[in-house]
Amino acid sequence: MAATRTLEVALSTTGLGPDGKPQRIPLGAEGLMAPPRGIEPELEGEHMLINIGPQHPATHGVLRLVLELDGETVVRCIPHVGYLHCGFEKIGEYRQYNQIIPWTDREDYLNSMGNNVAFVLGAERLFGIEITERCKVLRVIAMELSRIISHLVWLGTTCIDIGAFTPFLWSFQERENVYKLLEGWTGARLTTSGTRVGGMIADVPAGWTDGLRGFLDRFPKTLDQVDRMLTKNAIWVGRTVGLGVMSPEEALNYGLSGPMLRASGVSYDVRKDFPYLDYETYDFEVPVGTNGDVYDRFLVRQEELRQSVRILEQALKRLPEGPVNVDDPRVILPSKTKATSEMESMIHHFKLVMEGPRPPIGECYVPVESPKGEKGYYFVSDGTAKPVRWRIRPPSYVNLSAIPKMVEGHLLSDVIAINASIDIVMGEIDR
Amino acid sequence: MSAPQDHRAPSQDHGAPTFTVVHPGQPGDSPVTPRGVPHKGGPMNPSVDALRAKFGAAIGRASVGWGETTVFIDRAKLLEVCAWLQSDASQSYEYLSDVTAVEYRDHVRPIEVVWHLRSLKYRRFLRLKVELPKDGKTALEVPSVWSVWKGADWLERECYDMFGIKFDGHPDLRRILMWEQYKEGFPLRKDFPMRGRFSRSEQLKQALAANPEARYSMEELSIADAFEDLPTDMRKRLGGGEKTGE
Repeated sequence: MAATRTLEVALSTTGLGPDGKPQRIPLGAEGLMAPPRGIEPELEGEHMLINIGPQHPATHGVLRLVLELDGETVVRCIPHVGYLHCGFEKIGEYRQYNQIIPWTDREDYLNSMGNNVAFVLGAERLFGIEITERCKVLRVIAMELSRIISHLVWLGTTCIDIGAFTPFLWSFQERENVYKLLEGWTGARLTTSGTRVGGMIADVPAGWTDGLRGFLDRFPKTLDQVDRMLTKNAIWVGRTVGLGVMSPEEALNYGLSGPMLRASGVSYDVRKDFPYLDYETYDFEVPVGTNGDVYDRFLVRQEELRQSVRILEQALKRLPEGPVNVDDPRVILPSKTKATSEMESMIHHFKLVMEGPRPPIGECYVPVESPKGEKGYYFVSDGTAKPVRWRIRPPSYVNLSAIPKMVEGHLLSDVIAINASIDIVMGEIDR
Repeated sequence: MSAPQDHRAPSQDHGAPTFTVVHPGQPGDSPVTPRGVPHKGGPMNPSVDALRAKFGAAIGRASVGWGETTVFIDRAKLLEVCAWLQSDASQSYEYLSDVTAVEYRDHVRPIEVVWHLRSLKYRRFLRLKVELPKDGKTALEVPSVWSVWKGADWLERECYDMFGIKFDGHPDLRRILMWEQYKEGFPLRKDFPMRGRFSRSEQLKQALAANPEARYSMEELSIADAFEDLPTDMRKRLGGGEKTGE
């Protein structure tokens, strides 16, 4: 860990300071870490085995951690995953491409719309389809809305883990507003299945953009509230600074991605570095931390929420008129009127439903920036309507694999904070 | 759009940064969304030529499909190739995206183990493959790249769990998504039926017969003094070499 940092910290309750002003409390990061070993000589060398989970509210799902403790200090951590495994990749080999989309809802279920988009981006590369301009902007809106949902859930649950209850209510209230928008668009809140190869399930309904605009007006105020409540809160800072530090080299080597990697100081964002959906034409910034601890991950995610609002505002401004789906009878179902009145459309309809669209032989891997990090779907096609291999590159699975390294030497109570900072979704890890 | 230099956040009140930000890409280049990617052909990743110059015959055929370069590597040289790609300043593949495997529906086509590498510095993507023939004579074994990228740890364990491919040199190659006593085989292999090998009644019987208290591996029990606190019968069984959970 680097040198001691000084943070300007405000007590959360106003008037607590002697002069009523924010106080400067020096926080020695080293002092917050492991207490000196052997404080109680009679207990030295007696290690304890502690099991957390799989049914534990602070493990964000069915994660199980077996910890070896020396007093309260973690000596070793052995994670166990797989309790939610249901073989998504195996099932995908028996499904047509559009039939896999509902499964993508259910892996990282906080980012279901983002997964839908990520999946079809890969599938469209495999089919060689260029989507329409309106569809591109709609998909950007879908991805950023699900980033907001995911980060809000992260914020709320992490606050609960660390002991702050109010931001949880604020963030879940805002999440509800986003879910209302998604429900108006796709008909579902969580399991959206909002995309199809070559387009979307539907265009946004009339008046929907006004709803989104209203949300974008209100949402930054909530972010300001959270900022005021947490960023310089002495308890929050004390519970997060200096925990789970990953240096940039380590973070890269461990394959971390997303906010985890950027908090360590590596400004790798797929939206900037390997753009898709014309992200290079949007004006937004990638927040990067400097210390790679839990506090920096909080700052990075908080700033990403603001940047998502910026992207959404630009997307709303530029949303072009025009068709959403590509005009390609190989992949897109004809309209009901056409299918019942024109012979050719009926044949297309029949073939698409019965046989499914067939991509050419080949393989592709298209990564996107999911809220958790680099998420990619790797497709291998042998020319039939079902993929030979459908692989999910799960960002939180790789991020979680670094937890033994991150919690080593920290206190048991800090394990909860570090685990929360990874932003895991067990549905995605176990698949 | 903002230039890559603007990539960093406005400085937060953090105190002095303790290191420089690792920034991907070369100054001045601004990547764009690929358009009209061809199915076959297109520019090949220059790393392939560099690999051929360095390793010669260990580098097999290379192809470009959908804008991504795939290159086949000799199994024996894989670790050396990966270490060079990661550490050489002209390649700088510091990020391992994924390790996985592909088995084709074709009964004779070899199983392919796939590594997705990413160079943040040069914004390159490279797919390495090793072929493992299904002739029954070749062991499903490849070198582990854990010593090069620590992120390979769980990815290789998953690949072993799902395909039964052994990663030679991996420090802790155990099943990860399935439980350690899982006996039905390797789920993502094409000869594995979707509902599993065992009947539902057999699966239920095994689940009920499993010892729910003994969910700790012997390794975990040995790291603490908890072994002494276990009930006598369990200690006897564990001490007699019985695996947990059976």
